[in-house]
Amino acid sequence: MRPFTYERARDPQAAVKAAAETPGARFLAGGTNLLDLMKLEIERPQHLIDVGRLPLGQVEETPEGGLRIGSMASNTALAADARVRSRYPVLTQAIVAGGSPQLRNKATTGGNLLQRTRCAYFYDTSKPCNKREPGSGCGALEGLNRNAAILGASHACIATHPSDMAVALVALDARVETLAPDGDAREFPLMELHRLPGETPEVETHLIRGELITAVVLPPPPEGGQVYRKVRDRASYAAGLASVAVAGGRVALGMVAHKPWRAAEAEAALAGGASPEAAMDAELASASETGRNGFKITLTARLGAAAIAEAKGTR
Amino acid sequence: MSSVADYALPNPVTDNRSGLIGKGVDRYEGPLKVTGSAPYAYEVTPPSPPAYGVMVPATIACGRIIAVDAKAAEASPGVAAVWTHLNAPEQAPRGTRVHPRSTAPSRPVLEDDRVRFFGQPVAFVLADTLENAQAAAHLVQLTYEEQTPDVDFHGQLAKAEQPPGEEDVEIGDFANGFAQSPAKLDETWCTPIQNHCQMEPCASIAWWDGETCVVHTSVQMVKPAQHGLAETLKIDRDAVHLMTRYIGGGFGGKGQTYDDITLAALGARFLGRPVKVAYSRQHMMHGTIHRPATVQRVRLGATKDGQLTAMSIMTTTHCQRDGHFTEHASNFARSLYAAPNRLTGHRLIHLDLPGAGPMRAPGEASGMLSLECAMDELAEALGMDPIELRIKNEPEVDPETGKPFSLRQLVRCMREGAQLFGWDRRNPRPGQARDGRWMVGMGMAAAIRGNFLLPAKASFSVDRHGVITVRQGMTDIGTGSYTVLAQIAAETLGVPLADVRVEIGDSELPPAPGSGGQFGAATAGSAALAAGMNLRKAIADLAANDPGSPLHGGPAEAVTFQDGVIAIANRSESLASLIARAAPEGLTVEGEHRPAADARNWSQHTYGAHFCEVGVDPVTGETRMRRMLGVFAAGRIINYKTARSQLTGGMIWGVASALTEGNAVDPRYGSLVNQDLASYLVPVQADIGELDAIMLDEADDKANPLGIKGVGELGISGAGAAVANAIYNAVGVRVRDYPITPDKLLGAMLAR
Ligand SMILES: Cc1cc2nc3c(=O)[nH]c(=O)nc-3n(C[C@H](O)[C@H](O)[C@H](O)COP(=O)(O)OP(=O)(O)OC[C@H]3O[C@@H](n4cnc5c(N)ncnc54)[C@H](O)[C@@H]3O)c2cc1C
Ligand code: SF4
Repeated sequence: MRPFTYERARDPQAAVKAAAETPGARFLAGGTNLLDLMKLEIERPQHLIDVGRLPLGQVEETPEGGLRIGSMASNTALAADARVRSRYPVLTQAIVAGGSPQLRNKATTGGNLLQRTRCAYFYDTSKPCNKREPGSGCGALEGLNRNAAILGASHACIATHPSDMAVALVALDARVETLAPDGDAREFPLMELHRLPGETPEVETHLIRGELITAVVLPPPPEGGQVYRKVRDRASYAAGLASVAVAGGRVALGMVAHKPWRAAEAEAALAGGASPEAAMDAELASASETGRNGFKITLTARLGAAAIAEAKGTR
Repeated sequence: MSSVADYALPNPVTDNRSGLIGKGVDRYEGPLKVTGSAPYAYEVTPPSPPAYGVMVPATIACGRIIAVDAKAAEASPGVAAVWTHLNAPEQAPRGTRVHPRSTAPSRPVLEDDRVRFFGQPVAFVLADTLENAQAAAHLVQLTYEEQTPDVDFHGQLAKAEQPPGEEDVEIGDFANGFAQSPAKLDETWCTPIQNHCQMEPCASIAWWDGETCVVHTSVQMVKPAQHGLAETLKIDRDAVHLMTRYIGGGFGGKGQTYDDITLAALGARFLGRPVKVAYSRQHMMHGTIHRPATVQRVRLGATKDGQLTAMSIMTTTHCQRDGHFTEHASNFARSLYAAPNRLTGHRLIHLDLPGAGPMRAPGEASGMLSLECAMDELAEALGMDPIELRIKNEPEVDPETGKPFSLRQLVRCMREGAQLFGWDRRNPRPGQARDGRWMVGMGMAAAIRGNFLLPAKASFSVDRHGVITVRQGMTDIGTGSYTVLAQIAAETLGVPLADVRVEIGDSELPPAPGSGGQFGAATAGSAALAAGMNLRKAIADLAANDPGSPLHGGPAEAVTFQDGVIAIANRSESLASLIARAAPEGLTVEGEHRPAADARNWSQHTYGAHFCEVGVDPVTGETRMRRMLGVFAAGRIINYKTARSQLTGGMIWGVASALTEGNAVDPRYGSLVNQDLASYLVPVQADIGELDAIMLDEADDKANPLGIKGVGELGISGAGAAVANAIYNAVGVRVRDYPITPDKLLGAMLAR
């Protein structure tokens, strides 16, 4: 780990100001991802701004009948929240499908969204990785890429976004609230938070430098069933090979792309009366295989169809 | 030298008067471990504040270091030294054995500019804090001249050669026997590289007390570690005082030492203060040995009614470029089933990978994953129950050597297991049973693992309080050695467990070979019994000759030992009062056990049968173990609790071998892809359903005076095959390439 300086932010405004003004600054929330990456010198921040104790941990009702989730709400608290469990069960299911209880106790809502890929070549600093060292090449492209993206990948990067929670949030049509360094509050669909890799896989979101996620807002729950399913090599505490969140007529896919993937084609097909299988086929018509990950196309199709059917209560 | 016949004579352990033997006694060191007060090597408090050493692993697999730039690292805060091959302290050349009886030769660190494997320690930083050492380690700049590593095991199978000094073992005429068999099976199985992933990585702390190097490390075998370090440092063997008191898992990976111990010793000498060095989790994957991958071709020929007529298992495996290790995955088959025509052997490929070496049940753990599935396939092809097929081919005597078995209760394990597990509820037609979204199947496999005994010593003392202390250069790698030694001592001297102390893991104690090959309890325990018997004799003589003792006049042979009291008929006194009066400084005696001269006249093994029920999700190909039972015949059980824990732990590893575990090699870089416990998948709680291990009540009086055998490696042997067979029964397809992950299983299910 490189030496770094540390401060605890007094309030969100001070946090974004410090982030904009200090070179090499990063926010520290639960630290479950950032600190691991720092120990391996994959992340090398010069300054940490601890936002973990900012008063952004509440989950509140919105006037519209949804919930505003503070960005510092822990994964454990959010998954256990009675309102979430009764109105947004897909979110609870997705959160508890991730990590371990210890990790979820520390992990925050904001940090979970911004966790970085689990690509093995990203983690091994002796290997080329465009995300870690822009321009160095992509070690995974011709490597052991069994878990690589099947949607929206580029020749520069085939990594996936590993968050479970984010997949459910996308299916729930969540919006993100942020505070920009100039003090302006922004809000936009969570679907638009993450980017596809393109030529610049090191740029993972549309946030500007020093922008702080303050909350995630859920609209009222959609009509219809909600289901989260994740396929993994081990029963718990494992990154997924594919996941799907269904909330009413909305479908999102996880671990198949550089971002949580809103399955718009599948949704449209379903709205048009297509079967779950046909809807997934429509979504995955644009899927492509790289090296060893071809099975994920089949797997995602089957998993998605099963989850859609389950949410409809037809199976 | 003794004879096996002597083993059958009664002794205090086999008499088991107080009933301690076989009981589920809690771990001797358990309270220390669960309260965090058992210091593992890295946590030992040294006499003065330590400095910290951090290794820099090579980032290529094969080549030479052509330039070193250590300036930035040297200038980094707190750094005391940066070493590479250019400036490492002098050590003996590799392989030196100045003392002819050294049990290990020298193993110098940073010896030259050659990089032999990815992760080889190529530089070393000493600093005042761990953080400073780690930060500086990243600043060491090494320039390599890289050669293309030759690591593609599966691409080179044709180049495999007979391991040096080995020959295939053929009995009868395999080729002919196989060709003429009415029923035939010829299939190939693959197993991947596995890593030990001990909870405690390899770690050492060393300091110098005058000319003596005091070192605490984490190693399974005390003497080779001590001797190897002395040879490397070019000092007298007695000038190394090595301790390894608590060990957070070994599994064979700590059967040898690594660079941490040498670097700690050299660093401590250089700085004149204690130095700690540990491997990181990532570095453990490459920097220490692994279980090599195998490709196993199994051929079985049988009559229509299931009599095996031909049997062969041929294993191809790999080891390091300069290495010698062979994963003997075919050997177990030599004693398992009867068949007149038999062929077993191994082929080896040398690769630019880290060292291959022993890992829990070397040979069986990989080998039984093929043959025990082949038997399942053959049973199905013949329309037989897999248990009946095995029973039909149960040998009367060892099928290759013709020697009698010391004790073989494999059939009983299978029969009792079948009954307890509900085997009769298994539908032999695959793909028939469902439970909600899961397709459910049952499978079984046999287990066999050799039983071994080695020479060992021990000392026993009694003090004026009647407390017995066992001292032995044995290790406890989490298996329960402390506890079983305490039980043997208590039973032998007739004292309560609370009056026994156990001191192990120290090079200054009477030597024992340590932990490995599931010989630990039998070997260490037999020596302990011998020492205990010598102490009984010394105590009896002392009492018989002490005018102040009610036992005065003897006869010494008639003295009994129970509840801390010694007695001859109705004359008695407490052990404590005798010692306090007649030998206030206490008594210490040594004892030794060597295997009987005729021990090799018997074929000796431990046995078991695994039963497993899995669920497979037909949508995703995910497999989950639902239920598993092992029934084992492993001689007398000293401690029900620690033995059961060894067996279930082995079975869990078998589940991992079947479903999740393995290191993938990236041939371009010669490195392993998954390097941490988030990506190297050992089972978590949720992976293991209902699990139990049952031990038959038996004693093998040909094994050793205690009648015990090993359990540490038996549990994993065959376990994964039972899982694989259950998968077949659930879904009707076979995946012969382990681990059986969802991608492979779903692919096979869809291809059908
Ligand atoms: C072994 C392991 C297994 C895991 N398995 C899973 C899994 O199966 N599924 C899954 O979904 N996740 C998994 N995780 C990831 C885990 O969910 C994340 O590490 C966690 O959610 C990150 O949250 P944090 O608060 O600790 O983030 P931190 O580590 O503190 O921060 C992560 C990143 O987000 C930035 N950040 C944090 N908060 C904000 C904010 N409010 N505004 C702007 N930037 C911010 C930080 O600067 C940093 O770049 C696993 C993690 C580990 C270590
Ligand atoms: S896939 Fe992306 S993260 Fe992985 S090595 Fe390639 S560039 Fe790096």
